[in-house]
Amino acid sequence: MLHFILKRLLYAIPLLIGVSIIGFGLMHLAPGGPLGVYTLNPTVSVQDIERIKVIYGLDQPIYVQYVSWAGNLLTGDWGHTFFGGRPVFTVILERVPATLLLAGLSLSLAILIGTAIGMLGAVKRYSIFDYLATTGAMFALSFPTFWFGLMAIFIFAVELRWLPSGGMYDLGEEGNSLDLLRHLILPTAVLSLVIVATWSRYSRSSFLEVIGQDYIRTAHAKGVPNRLVITRHAFPNAAIPLIALLGVQLPFLFSGALVTETIFGWPGIGRLFVDALTMKEYPVLMGMMMFTAIFVIIGNLLADIGVAMVDPRIRLE
Amino acid sequence: MGVIDAEIRAEATEPSALTARHESHARRVLRRFLRHRLAVFGGIMVVLLLSSALFAELLSPHDPLRIETSNRFFDPGQNLDYPLGTDELGRDTLSRLLHGGQVSLIVGIAAMLATVVTGSVIGIVSGYFGGWIDNILMRFVDTMLCFPQVFLLLVIAAFVTPTLLSISLIIGFTSWMEVARIVRSEILTLKEQDFIKAAIGFGSSHTRIMVRELLPNAMAPILVAATLKVATAVLMESYISYLGYGIQPPLASWGNMLTNAQGYFDTVPFLAILPGVMITFTVMSFNFLGDGLRDALDPRLKMEQ
Repeated sequence: MLHFILKRLLYAIPLLIGVSIIGFGLMHLAPGGPLGVYTLNPTVSVQDIERIKVIYGLDQPIYVQYVSWAGNLLTGDWGHTFFGGRPVFTVILERVPATLLLAGLSLSLAILIGTAIGMLGAVKRYSIFDYLATTGAMFALSFPTFWFGLMAIFIFAVELRWLPSGGMYDLGEEGNSLDLLRHLILPTAVLSLVIVATWSRYSRSSFLEVIGQDYIRTAHAKGVPNRLVITRHAFPNAAIPLIALLGVQLPFLFSGALVTETIFGWPGIGRLFVDALTMKEYPVLMGMMMFTAIFVIIGNLLADIGVAMVDPRIRLE
Repeated sequence: MGVIDAEIRAEATEPSALTARHESHARRVLRRFLRHRLAVFGGIMVVLLLSSALFAELLSPHDPLRIETSNRFFDPGQNLDYPLGTDELGRDTLSRLLHGGQVSLIVGIAAMLATVVTGSVIGIVSGYFGGWIDNILMRFVDTMLCFPQVFLLLVIAAFVTPTLLSISLIIGFTSWMEVARIVRSEILTLKEQDFIKAAIGFGSSHTRIMVRELLPNAMAPILVAATLKVATAVLMESYISYLGYGIQPPLASWGNMLTNAQGYFDTVPFLAILPGVMITFTVMSFNFLGDGLRDALDPRLKMEQ
């Protein structure tokens, strides 16, 4: 097991390097490079920019710049925001709890519902339920998330006035968890919908594959009740590939969170990203790219280790 | 040598028995596809959408950009001159939807082409050569997959001037990785088969083997991926346009029509409903079509029956 974990860790290193090279490259592709925002400012002269370049080491050869940038990244020095000069790492970390709450809640709910739908669909294959579930999933996957969110706001916030249209708390209610819950309902529903759709498809095919195997037939032949065959015999094996998929889902979760947070004004990292985009805050944008990518790498690593822990066959490979 | 060479060539290029089987294979695929009712529905919808985009100029009752402030905020059906109503500047919604569809489908198809070409080239090269080339290319795929696509898309979209071409290329650049993986795994199985060994045996060049032997035989999964990629590309275009980094007004796209309509939710909800319905319908049609194609072409299903 330890050997396996070490191997996976080693495998993550080239990924980290690759991600940092792409992130660094993008920053230099930006119009005007990392100092683009200064070139647009008429009070900053060309000489000033040259001086700033020397201060930031931007006159150095590109590989020297990369090494020092990557070194800073490792030590937590992710640069400073153009406006306000705050450390980027802190700015991002501030927004993480809100996203973690929204995305975590949506993901957990979606996995519960999606697995249940997929399992039922696989057990009652070609039934009306299965047909409705697969068609419904396809339908949900075709919704543009932002449109679904807008419609939800229109119906439940504007017309029916049941739920708030956005934000995390009403004015003066900061810290009130009941109020927070009310604000969570719509964004969670919107963000989970797509994940439920994907997840029900995954779990359906995973269950179908397991249900077709001989040991399930043996269990049926032995007279094990159908419910137990599904929960005790089929479920553990069908869940294994789903654990690995959890890691693969992470980038989609981030993308979905970005859109959802934008529509609902949810103060998470997705919202931060869109705000940074409008303000051309390149250090924040690049920090966010690196942050999400590193998060995805770690998530995949954990998912792989999780799979290896429950499935000894993987460890032996 | 010449005789044997010619014989092998003759066998390889004139497969009379194979053509017959090929035809029946095509018929089998068609039969299986037609049985999939939603796929047929998706196919018909795709044809309708494509022709409505192609003939948008003819079908539009008005110029989609003509502003007539006396005709603002018509509801659908309120004035028969404007069957689907008008927006905040009195522009005809139907004409704008038709022209927006043009934009969405052009971007969808161009982005799909960029995705499929990049993905296929990398997948074939990676699978065929193997070794360190495969290793490096696949690590590149893994790396690209670490970034959430919408983040990557928006950063690059914010850097470049938005045009139909640039947006298509950006979407293509951020979504080719799955295609590369699918094609590579297909190539890995094809590579072991006798006809590739034969091609290597009589000294075909690498390029020839990749383009003339491997590519045609990997066409089925590429076709499925291509159809599904149009769906995601249309969705992605609407995301970027909605967030303001895509097709710029006054040119209509379904995404930016939605952004606009957001401000008039209370007055004319139809303005926000219609573009969303169009996006959903388009994406769904391509998804159904792609799913049906996969079921019809997937060799694993074949074995089941």
